[in-house]
Amino acid sequence: MHATVSSNVPTTARAEEAARNARDTRNDRLFAGLLKACALLVLIALIGAATSTLWLGRDAFATFGWGFLTSSAWDPTNNQYGALVPVMGTVLTALIALVFAVPVSFGIALFLTEIAPNWLRGPVSSAIELLAGIPSIIYGMWGLFIFAPFVATTIKPWLMNHFSADPPDGQVSWLVQHVPFIAKFFSSEYPFFGAGIFTAGLVLAVMIIPFISSVMREVFQTVPTRLKESAYALGSSTWEVVWDIVVPYTRTAVIGGIFLGLGRALGETMAVAFVIGNTFKFTPSILETGSTIASTIANQFGEAEGLQKSALMAIAFLLFVVTFIVLLIARLMLRRLATKEGS
Amino acid sequence: MFTRKLCIAALVAASLFGMSAQATDITGAGSSFVYPVLSKWSATYAEKTGNKLNYQSVGSGAGIAQIKEGTIDFGASDAPMSAEDLTKFGLGQFPSVVGGIVPVVNLQGIAAGQLKLDGKILADIYLGKVARWSDPAIAALNPGVKIPDVKITVVHRSDGSGTSFNFTNYLSKVSPEWASKVKFGTAVEWPAGVGGKGNEGVSQYVRQIPGSIGYVEYAYAKKNAISYAQMQNAAGKWVEPSAETFAAAAATADWKSAKDFNLIMTNAPGDQAWPITATTWIIMYKKSKNASHTKVAFDFFKWSLENGQPQAASLDYVPLPAPLVQQIEAYWAAEYKN
Repeated sequence: MHATVSSNVPTTARAEEAARNARDTRNDRLFAGLLKACALLVLIALIGAATSTLWLGRDAFATFGWGFLTSSAWDPTNNQYGALVPVMGTVLTALIALVFAVPVSFGIALFLTEIAPNWLRGPVSSAIELLAGIPSIIYGMWGLFIFAPFVATTIKPWLMNHFSADPPDGQVSWLVQHVPFIAKFFSSEYPFFGAGIFTAGLVLAVMIIPFISSVMREVFQTVPTRLKESAYALGSSTWEVVWDIVVPYTRTAVIGGIFLGLGRALGETMAVAFVIGNTFKFTPSILETGSTIASTIANQFGEAEGLQKSALMAIAFLLFVVTFIVLLIARLMLRRLATKEGS
Repeated sequence: MFTRKLCIAALVAASLFGMSAQATDITGAGSSFVYPVLSKWSATYAEKTGNKLNYQSVGSGAGIAQIKEGTIDFGASDAPMSAEDLTKFGLGQFPSVVGGIVPVVNLQGIAAGQLKLDGKILADIYLGKVARWSDPAIAALNPGVKIPDVKITVVHRSDGSGTSFNFTNYLSKVSPEWASKVKFGTAVEWPAGVGGKGNEGVSQYVRQIPGSIGYVEYAYAKKNAISYAQMQNAAGKWVEPSAETFAAAAATADWKSAKDFNLIMTNAPGDQAWPITATTWIIMYKKSKNASHTKVAFDFFKWSLENGQPQAASLDYVPLPAPLVQQIEAYWAAEYKN
């Protein structure tokens, strides 16, 4: 307002106004600088963490070269290390977690925003937020003492009966006989043992459901009632409103929420260390034991020395790389969606 | 209101008491194997003298790294430091307390102590060469025992640990194949099996998997009521894990000819010795960097070696035998100069 200068105004007032303008500009610039510093801090922290892991892992990268990425060895007494098994385990567990967590979170969010009666929304939302606040070691203990035995007695036998070439009930299923390779993904060296990649994925799913569902719930609430009401007025069912109005309106934020959960699943440490079985054998089967980057570091860092420590730092750097690639894919997907919408 | 006043009064009293005692706080870091008994000792010791001990169980490797940097008063390690390293950094080391590591099994119908194993079979099981409990080599050691014919699932520690260090060291001593292929260390490349995190993880896995075998600190096997195996020791005798057999191992190990106590006492020669017995070394500077702290630290370890038996026994550790304590005190007198 004060920017408009009228010729009728006395000079003192004009000077005051000019001073105020100058002050405002200065403050604005200060504020902008402050904000920029905040943003830069994140960037510096990220680059600092990535370069310091790369620097501390330089011995491992120098010793093993590109072979570090393709070797499945992890042998501390002979100082032979490779990142293949931990990287595979990290990606696999996170993907399994997403496969289960995304539909469930979607359902929770839809129920809370579209279907649930008002009195139920509060308690269920708080329960979800509470789940998000549980420390991961608790999930690990729960996984080790309760969930892994349940997987061993219930889920794993069922999966093996239907998908593996060596089922506990002795009858190889039609699917296994007719679809090649499927049995490879469901074989298990220890059929009576609950811990493994699949179990870790399920525990991770439970852990990331609160994150994904609360983001989804928040963004579903931002859909204008006007749009939904119009659709209902045209005779749409609840599902049609959700699929044709709510989802397209919130797509970007929903994908953002999913990737937030994925990021957490990729880096989860304690819970995974308890339920994945911690072995370094390369296997395509999700019912076998394995290890992830974070669980390997948690397990071995305390007693690691020399090249082993360097190898642990090197896989920590690879975790940055994996996460970065995942985020890149997310960005590309979003851009693809945006251009599709434009055409 | 009343309770609040009471609280304040208690706080004031506590702070006054703390000041009047003029306590010296010493810090140590390292092995988690020794952590339970150290914390129990330090509680009793603090009651008696007012001197507190702050011990961080961060792992032996980290303990050694910190004592080398001189940030703590003593380090504790499950593996002895080499004479070279000790001289290089001006450090000395001595054993503190003894504990046993026991093989535990989950076999239906087999009670604790009923199954007999020797070192060679244990190594072959962990190498993955003996894959079923019905293996004739196992049956030969266990005449008359009905061992179920199931697959063996090997369980090992997934985290780097002193327990693994001593266990793999024992396997290296009894099996040339293990010694050349796998070697020993706080973490190794296990030829077979699955990894549980900590003693807790291993004992849980063993309880959950029928036909499994693992190794844990004795206290865990006892507490969780998992059945352990008898072992044949170096003298060819069958022994059960107990305070007596652990003490026998410590007593018969050849400490006299081990410079700086650099001796891993697995596979000890005594008739009654439990073959997988371990200790934790306390590592301190020979020339003190902080005289008052070092004095308290020595006083603490002297007190614990001479009076710490009841606390150690209540946690299923075994105090060092008297001749070894004398040897340690002689070592202190000879090597440590304040």
